[in-house]
Amino acid sequence: MKVIVDQNKCVASGQCVLSAPEVFDQREEDGIVVLRAENPPEGLADDVRQAVILCPAQAIWLEEQEGEQ
Amino acid sequence: MNRIVVVGASAAGLTTAETLRRRGWDGTLTLIGEESRPPYDRPPLSKQILTGAWEPERATLRSRQDLARLEADLRLGQYVAALDVPGHRVRLAGGENIGFDALVIATGVAPRRLPDSDLAAVHVLRTLDDAIALRAALRSGPRVVVVGAGFLGTEVAAAARTMGLEVTMVEPEPVPVRRPFGDRIGALVAELHRSHGTRLRCGVPVRRLRGAGGRVTGVDLGDGTTLPADVVVLALGAAPATGWLEGSGLPLGDGVECDAYCRAAPGIYAAGDVASWPNAHFGTRMRLEHKMNAVGQAMAAAGNLLGDATPFAPVPYFWTDQYDTRIQAYGIFPPDAEMRILYGDPSNGPFAAAYGHHGRVVGVLGWNAPRQVRTLRRLVVDRTSWAAFAATPALSPATVN
Repeated sequence: MKVIVDQNKCVASGQCVLSAPEVFDQREEDGIVVLRAENPPEGLADDVRQAVILCPAQAIWLEEQEGEQ
Repeated sequence: MNRIVVVGASAAGLTTAETLRRRGWDGTLTLIGEESRPPYDRPPLSKQILTGAWEPERATLRSRQDLARLEADLRLGQYVAALDVPGHRVRLAGGENIGFDALVIATGVAPRRLPDSDLAAVHVLRTLDDAIALRAALRSGPRVVVVGAGFLGTEVAAAARTMGLEVTMVEPEPVPVRRPFGDRIGALVAELHRSHGTRLRCGVPVRRLRGAGGRVTGVDLGDGTTLPADVVVLALGAAPATGWLEGSGLPLGDGVECDAYCRAAPGIYAAGDVASWPNAHFGTRMRLEHKMNAVGQAMAAAGNLLGDATPFAPVPYFWTDQYDTRIQAYGIFPPDAEMRILYGDPSNGPFAAAYGHHGRVVGVLGWNAPRQVRTLRRLVVDRTSWAAFAATPALSPATVN
């Protein structure tokens, strides 16, 4: 899966970091999302999907490849 | 279980429907919403939509294709008039009955108003249409009076002030946002607004709206003064939208009173702003009007409806953006809690604080400190002993109120 974030929509809630700390982080100065892993391993897929659902700003998208759930 | 009806098509209703499908439930799903617009996000209404930073379409929550993928009977622009609990059906305003095996109530809240609220140029802000109408009114450069200084009132005042308008905010409590955050944070929010040129009239009630020729001209205050106004925004809080449930036999108090599983009656659940429930993490019944709770509670209600039997016991998260300041909070903030500063300095720039109540950390708050407050959330999750913070600096006095 490929993860896409929109820093302009992000509201710095950090819910994505709580869900998947290996994939997301927050900028030191303002808490806006930064991607640590653009193509996270399949083992983190559920955590990343949780981050997508919980993001209060709808600032995270996934592009899932064929064959994935 | 073949038929599930969800009443309410905003964050909680939409999330309920999506959770049911994501978890593989493939029965007949009906999602009924009062507004004719497809589901949209409410937090930006009092921020980016009002200032014009976003076009209204940007608040839309899902694409047409995403909604179609739900394979739901999506009934927008339709009112549910009544619930028949023993008959397991809802009745639409047009008279049609829809039967269900399970029901999720997600009708949210409706803004409170004042007498004479029907005067022209008096606004409330709950829907996207409300925001578009208020945005249009603000563009003509009016003198604005905002009645009520909770989250909504303070955000609207900040947005209007950011547009360069003359703004006065009126609040019967001594400081803004006192009910959620108490006197200390309230005083800082008051200072934030004053420093941006917003006028505050705190500690004085509104007596009535004044009008001429059917249009509002000002706001009469309890101290005998009148604030002249071209536009008045009522931000007086909101009441759970439970009118259609009266006489249904469901327990109604502060909203639909649910059990720990978001259940109001066998097969009937509620989620979002309309629902109250006992949160076992804090040992108290609560009803929250926050986006994150609407999503989390909808996921819990849908899961329990499918047989999870998991109590909904979250640490609430909510935030407000005003001018260039972002306040973020986890947990609860009782009036008699104690507050201690764990990071930064409230008199100068970003800070984060913890709140203790009955010997445990029950809340953390960040003022322009997103990373810190996210890390400190753990203290609330773990119910960390408050005694550990006895030597930590406090504002004086240390209590919230």
